[in-house]
Amino acid sequence: MSDLRELYQEIILDHNRRPRNFGVPDQSNRTAKGHNPLCGDIVTVYLLLEGNVVKDIQFEGKGCAISIASASIMTELIIGKTEAEALELFQSFHDFVTGDDVAELADELEELKALSGVRDYPMRVKCATLAWHSMAAALDGDGENVATE
Amino acid sequence: MTEIKRGGRAVKLKSVADGFDLDQIREDFPVLRQKPHGRKLVFLDSAASAQKPRAVIDAIRYCYEAEYANVHRGVYWLSERATEAFDGARETVRSFINAAKTSEIVFVSGATEAINLVASSYGGTFLEAGDEVVISHMEHHSNVVPWQFLRDRNGVLLKVAPINDDGELILDQFEAMLGPRTKLVAITHVANSLGTVLPVQDICEMARSRGIRVLIDGCQAVPHTSVDVQALDCDFYVFSGHKLYGPSGIGVLYAREELLKLMPPYQGGGEMIASVTFDKTDYAAPPYKFEAGTPHISGAIGLGAAVDYVRSIGLEHIAAHESDVLRYGMQRLAQIEGLRIIGAARQKAGVISFVLDDVHPHDVGTILDQEGVAVRTGHHCAQPVMDRFGVASTVRASIGMYNGRDDIDALARSLNKVKEFFG
Ligand SMILES: Cc1ncc(COP(=O)(O)O)c(C=O)c1O
Repeated sequence: MSDLRELYQEIILDHNRRPRNFGVPDQSNRTAKGHNPLCGDIVTVYLLLEGNVVKDIQFEGKGCAISIASASIMTELIIGKTEAEALELFQSFHDFVTGDDVAELADELEELKALSGVRDYPMRVKCATLAWHSMAAALDGDGENVATE
Repeated sequence: MTEIKRGGRAVKLKSVADGFDLDQIREDFPVLRQKPHGRKLVFLDSAASAQKPRAVIDAIRYCYEAEYANVHRGVYWLSERATEAFDGARETVRSFINAAKTSEIVFVSGATEAINLVASSYGGTFLEAGDEVVISHMEHHSNVVPWQFLRDRNGVLLKVAPINDDGELILDQFEAMLGPRTKLVAITHVANSLGTVLPVQDICEMARSRGIRVLIDGCQAVPHTSVDVQALDCDFYVFSGHKLYGPSGIGVLYAREELLKLMPPYQGGGEMIASVTFDKTDYAAPPYKFEAGTPHISGAIGLGAAVDYVRSIGLEHIAAHESDVLRYGMQRLAQIEGLRIIGAARQKAGVISFVLDDVHPHDVGTILDQEGVAVRTGHHCAQPVMDRFGVASTVRASIGMYNGRDDIDALARSLNKVKEFFG
């Protein structure tokens, strides 16, 4: 069970039980749907962009604890960030879960560290990055569906 | 013990009279000694791909160590031995499904290729715009997408026969769909996502009496039940070797010889020709006409060995044992609070699909894995079935001959851990 605690840390279980910023907002101007072909999960991200700042972000969809928690934590981190900062965040998170070397995460990204367990489960990396791919696609603005492959 | 000849050597096999000995069978599968995360391996994913018995591993090794050369080409001793073993495998498969002739057994890479071959060669030639192909709502994607290709290319219509809430084909609605333009029924024998056994004998009769051709996807059937293509009177029967305890990359297309003669080749190359000039090529007779290129020699030999192994245990013994485990599993899992079984057909083989509370199947699968329990999670290449039951994915435990009630107990115990974890 200890390995499992590593993967399913309390923070993750908590975000899974009570995802933050979950739902369809009244107001949004960028959206994208992410699809994990492995499990059929779909996460849709809605952004409200003012200038180049993310004023609001919400998500909805179905997914495993890893993907829901990752999406939930992501929304908390992204609000108030500029587009460039958001994409940079994605990059560091991506490196963090996929990199060979254990990439460092800035202190403000503490919660994301809870997702480090997926490194040992390559099949689950897609779950952890699903919402992030959607967020990046939404910022890209063409609103196209993305698949995590 | 009985002895059979394979290639150049005699192989000892247990005879059916020895009965079904689960411990012995488990010994026959070396991989079962693996200890994932330090636990006993509880392998419940044979529907995705079954494990391989020593007899298959040995046959493949023997092929490469003692009788490997290209087949049907060399005049030398080694090539003759390889050819004998390869042809022997075809005969083994023929008798396994009781086809009339070995020329009706085409080796392909798997069920997927077999269906694509039929859709492309038979469908592309004999089906016209407005003709109808009837499939069921519980087909594997490999028995959906090739027909969509044909639809998009030839204007053939694809009709989907509905299933009920237990995951059974609604037979009278199926029959009502068979109209004057229906040219082909392409349907699974056992549904991989639900385990439903379809009444293929009835289906064949309904279709044949209307002059409609039938393709049966037997991937999930051949490991659990004996198949007689002549008794079924089907036109095409396909399956993959790897779900039948044989190697991956090899599969079988059975087709009536008269159809194979009429159908154009699927791919061109060596092996499938009688003579070639730059003006014209005469094709070889079936099955070679459909086997362009060097075949998967060791794969076919391995598949032959798998068939021999299965027959040495006896499909009737395997079926009786597995249905006991399945029944036990259905009962045992039904007792777990919050567990919903998807697919409760009266006729069922090998598969229990379920969801647990609102825990995502991936999370269930990961936690089971820590306990050494290997199950498949996802949509099982059958998204329309998932849609039908209002889920995106399920957990699927599937049963092979080496599974016992103890594996079900391990599964149930681990599921209770999942509930503790996510409770
Ligand atoms: C019912 C059914 N049909 C077809 C297939 C496709 O088999 P393969 O991937 O071996 O070609 C499968 C395997 O998943 C199956 O279960």
